[in-house]
Amino acid sequence: MKIEFKIIADLLPKNSRVLDIGCGDGILMKLLSDEKNIDVRGLELNEENVETCISKGLSVIEGDAETELGQFPDKSFDYVILSQTLQAFYNPVSVLEHLLRIGKSSIVSIPNFGYWKVRTNLLLFGKMPETKSFPYKWYNTPNLHMCTIEDFYQLCNEKKINMEKIIGVNNDKTSSINNKNIKFKNFFSEIGIFLIS
Amino acid sequence: MNYKTENIKTLTISESIKLDCGKIIKDFPLAYETYGTLNKNKNNAILVFHALTGDQFASGINPITKKEGWWSTLIGANKAIDTNKYFVICANVLGGCMGTLGPKEIDKETNKPYGLNFPVITIRDMVKAQGVLLDHFKIEKLLCALGGSLGGMQLLQFCASFPDRTHSAIPIACSSSNSAQNIALNELARQSIMADPNWNKGAYGETKNSPKNGLAVARMAGHISYLSASGLQEKFGRKLQEKADYEFSFDANFQIESYLRHQGYSFVERFDANSYLYITRAMDYFDLSRQFKNGLSEAFKNQKTKFLVVSFSSDWLYPTKHSKDIVIALNSSGANVAFAEIKTDKGHDSFLVKEIKFLKTIKNFIDSIYEKFKV
Repeated sequence: MKIEFKIIADLLPKNSRVLDIGCGDGILMKLLSDEKNIDVRGLELNEENVETCISKGLSVIEGDAETELGQFPDKSFDYVILSQTLQAFYNPVSVLEHLLRIGKSSIVSIPNFGYWKVRTNLLLFGKMPETKSFPYKWYNTPNLHMCTIEDFYQLCNEKKINMEKIIGVNNDKTSSINNKNIKFKNFFSEIGIFLIS
Repeated sequence: MNYKTENIKTLTISESIKLDCGKIIKDFPLAYETYGTLNKNKNNAILVFHALTGDQFASGINPITKKEGWWSTLIGANKAIDTNKYFVICANVLGGCMGTLGPKEIDKETNKPYGLNFPVITIRDMVKAQGVLLDHFKIEKLLCALGGSLGGMQLLQFCASFPDRTHSAIPIACSSSNSAQNIALNELARQSIMADPNWNKGAYGETKNSPKNGLAVARMAGHISYLSASGLQEKFGRKLQEKADYEFSFDANFQIESYLRHQGYSFVERFDANSYLYITRAMDYFDLSRQFKNGLSEAFKNQKTKFLVVSFSSDWLYPTKHSKDIVIALNSSGANVAFAEIKTDKGHDSFLVKEIKFLKTIKNFIDSIYEKFKV
């Protein structure tokens, strides 16, 4: 189990209603449903992942979040989760706006392009970074809009999105991020998890 | 199409049912079949709705046609819906021709077959009758209800009419309302039947002839719509039927022609032409959103049922778009819904053939529901 999923689970209250966008094979959904009795739904593009989820009894809709989030009514979920997927959309801002519309709050996690290993990869070796969070070659990566924790922080400020909590993850260690330590955390965190509304 | 009625189980529905057309029917037979055993807690029951030309014999050997039941790929001992574990019920639809009240039955008032004197029925009427069948078995809540095509439409109506009568529902390759193209194809079939001189304005039941040619052509048109272009091409291509070259005639030169003729003319042995008219009419009239002031999402308001909507990528009769519209309506009413589009080239008929991904998805979904609700 990814530590990220445990952090997300801790952020969510029991018995809430949650939508997991890009839910993959449903590991997080199952965790939320089993351990916190959360009424959780998923949206997933990959056909095999959808089949896996349905087999586990999870309510997952096969579909493309880029074009199909419009079907969910305003504030129909307590929380909407987008785990390490924002960077793969053609129009991440539009997806983000849908998230904030559908959920009373949202949790967005991003693989941090500002992590020191990513930076040194490019700086020292002159090659596109390949790390735990970015395991792809430049030619087969699904990531279109990579960003750093600081970039996303800035975007939230520009869009007047309220950041209730920011958590940095590095080697299974978590730490809280705020406007004072962000430069430092942006360097040492592999993943950033934002609770926004 | 004569058969011994001892092979057919019927429930006589004694209560009056008011049909959507305004007429009232009562004391009529509803033919059904069951597979497996209903357990003591009555929580292993699955209701199956059949498609346009189906009947109650979903599994095993059909005692009338001696062929495998139409959903034998899915239902049976050790199959995806395992009848060692589940109790499966399937009823012949109202207006059908396998023992349930339909246009070929004798009208007690005239002592002649109903023919076109049979009231025009709707999918809601069909579902009302099946609700009575559940009462008969004293089943308060089904584990699952499912159906494809017309069966899926009956299921959507069932969920709207009886919001708390099933834990889960699987509408497959269907729509919440027939499209213009659907109606057009049904009209083509009906016109073909009516153009047969033996149809005799529906009163052929009183004569020795029946509109076999018209019904066969209707079935052929139907069959084309159940398959995909690529599926047809792969199976038949331009292959000739036991011939080295063109015959320069209008006999069945191509394999696809021979196939269609076989499908058409074997169908007329087991199906009633007027039933075909009535059932396609019921499909055309189906528009679930019309029954609710605020449209389709209101139809699914307060649903606790867990839905799995399934479509097939190469189905052009009830394409994925139709299923997605159902999903959107369910979502906007806050219902619990999963959706899968099965990638296949087998067209609309995919749910009836051995499509492994489909069978696996249905099995796993129903098993997971059973694990959750068995007590």
